[in-house]
Amino acid sequence: MAAVGGGGLPAYALRRLLLAVPVLFGVSVLVFAVLHLAPGDPAAIMLGAQATKEDVARLHRDLGLDQPLVIQYVRWMGHVLRGDLGRSIPLGRAVLPEVLLRFKATLVLTTGALLIAILLGLAAGIVSAVRQYTWLDRISMGVAVTGVSLPVFWTGIMLILLFALQLQWFPSSGMSSPYGSGVADVLWHLVLPAVTLGTASAAALARLTRSSVLEIIRQDYVRSARAKGLAERAVIARHVLKNSINPIITVLGLQVGFLLGGAILTETVFSWPGLGSMMVRAIQARDYPLVQGGVLLIATTFVLVNLVVDLLYAVFDPRIRYD
Amino acid sequence: MTDLVRMFRKSSSALFGLGLVAVMAVLALLAPWLAPRDPDVIDTARRLAPILTAGHPLGTDEFGRDLLSRLLYGARISLMVGLTATALAALVGSLCGLLAGFVGRWVDQVIMRSIDTLLAFPYFLLAVAIIAALGPGLVNGMVAVAVVNIPFYGRIVRATVLSVKQTDYVESARALGVSELRLALTHVLRNCLAPLIVAVTLNVGGMITALAGLSFLGLGVQPPTSDWGSMLSASRQYLNVAPHVAALPGMAIFLTVLGFNLLGDGLRDALDPRLR
Repeated sequence: MAAVGGGGLPAYALRRLLLAVPVLFGVSVLVFAVLHLAPGDPAAIMLGAQATKEDVARLHRDLGLDQPLVIQYVRWMGHVLRGDLGRSIPLGRAVLPEVLLRFKATLVLTTGALLIAILLGLAAGIVSAVRQYTWLDRISMGVAVTGVSLPVFWTGIMLILLFALQLQWFPSSGMSSPYGSGVADVLWHLVLPAVTLGTASAAALARLTRSSVLEIIRQDYVRSARAKGLAERAVIARHVLKNSINPIITVLGLQVGFLLGGAILTETVFSWPGLGSMMVRAIQARDYPLVQGGVLLIATTFVLVNLVVDLLYAVFDPRIRYD
Repeated sequence: MTDLVRMFRKSSSALFGLGLVAVMAVLALLAPWLAPRDPDVIDTARRLAPILTAGHPLGTDEFGRDLLSRLLYGARISLMVGLTATALAALVGSLCGLLAGFVGRWVDQVIMRSIDTLLAFPYFLLAVAIIAALGPGLVNGMVAVAVVNIPFYGRIVRATVLSVKQTDYVESARALGVSELRLALTHVLRNCLAPLIVAVTLNVGGMITALAGLSFLGLGVQPPTSDWGSMLSASRQYLNVAPHVAALPGMAIFLTVLGFNLLGDGLRDALDPRLR
C-alpha cells in the first residue's frame, strides 16, 4: 500500500493511474507473446501453404522476425503507441480501423447486457439478502444458480429457437436488417443477444450482491441501528445499502470482464458483427495482427474499467484515499 | 467428516448436486457399456432422426450418428478435461500462492504482479488468446483454461498462508525448531485444504463450461470426437429441422455444471464458517 498521508482524491487518482502502468505493460507483453509462442514460423503460417519461399522471407523481414525478441517488442510497442496495430493479411487492410469498427458493436452488446444484468441481478441480490431465508430468497437464489450454470452459447441457441424461429418475434442474427436503419432496428436485433449475455451475468451478480449485502447486514453498526429502534426500512436504506455500494461496484467491475469475454461466444451465436466473432475467425485464419489488436483493445478497456471502479471507491468511501 | 454428513442432511440442494455429479460420473465411466452404438459410426440414411427412433433412443445427428452414444462419450471428454484442467490450475496456483505467502519479499512481488497481469484480461478472452498462440486442440484448450484459473487458486492459498503464518501454533512450531519447509507443508498447507476443496468444486463447473465454449467456437476439442461443445456448434445449422440435436448437448452441460455448482455451494457453507 502507498504511504499514509494521501492528499485527497486527485493524488489518489494519480497513484492509481501509475499502478495501472505495470499492468498494461504486462498485458502488452502477453499480447506480444501471442505471435511468438506460436509453434513454427508465424510468417509461413500467416501466408498459408501456397506462399512461395520469397513471400515468406519478405514477410519475415517486414515483421522484423529476424531481430532479437526485445528489439521486436520495443519496435512493436512503438508502433502500437502511434496507433499502428499492423496489417491484416487476409483482409488486406490496417488492423486499427477494423478493430475499432468491430469494437463499437461489441460495446453496444455489452452495454445492453450490463443494463439487463444490473436491473435483474442487483435487484434480486439485494432483495435476497434483505429477506434472507424467505421464499423470495430461495426462489431468486434457485434461479440464480440455474443461471450461472447455463452455458451462454446454449441459452442463445435456445432463445433463437423459441423467439426467432418459432415465434418470429426477433431476428436470429446480425445487428441490422438489410434495408432497415436507425436505433430502433439495432435495438430490435440487440434484444436476444443482450438477454443471453445479460441474464448469465445477472445470475452471477445476484449471488455476489447477496453475499456482499449479507456481510454488511451482520456488522455491529447495523445491529446497533436496529437496537436503537430504527425502522427496518431505514436501517436497510441508510446503513446497509449505503455501505454496500463499494462491494457492489467491485462485483460490477468484475462482471464487465465476464461480459467482454462472454461477448465472444454470444457474438458467434448471433453473428453479431463485434470484436469477439471477428477474433474467432482471425484465429482460424491465423491472422495474428488482427487477434493481437482485438485482445489488446479489450484487455486495455478492462484495465480502464477497473481503474474507474477503483476511483469510484474513493468517491463513495473517503477513507480509501488515505490508505 | 461429520460436517459433511450434516451438510447433506441439512441441504437438499447440495445432495441434489452430489446426485447429479454422481450420475454424470457413472454415465461417463460406463459409456462403453451403456452406449447403444459406436459414437463415430456414420449412417447417412438416418440423418437427423428424431427422439425415440427405433435403435436411436435420442435420435441421430447430421451424419446419422447415434446421439445417446455421442452424449455418453461426450460426458467422458467433458468430465475428464474439466477435472484435469481444474487439477492443473489448482496445483500450479496453490504452489504460486504458497511460495508468495510463505517466502514473501520479491518472490511475493513477482508472483502477485504476474497474477495481476493475468487478471487484467477478461476471463474467457485470455483463454481465447492463449489458444490463438498455441493453436486449437483438446490439450491446448485444457492448458488455456487452466492458466486462466491459476490466479484464482494463487490468491486463495496466499491469503490463507498469510493468516495461518501469524497464528500462535505456527509461531510455537517455529520456536521448537521445525524447518520452514516442514512448516509450509504440514501446518500451512493443511489449513489451505478446506478453502481449496471448496474452490475446486466451485471451479469445475466453470472449467467445463469454458472448455465447452472453446470447443463450440472450434478452438477446443476437434471433430469427429464426441464433445458436447462441438456437438452444439454443429447442430446450429439444423436448428429448424432438428432442435433436439442442439437441445440435448446443452442440457447435458447445464446439468453437469449445475451439479458441481450446487455441491460447491453446499461445501462452502459447510467448510467455510465465515460464509455461514
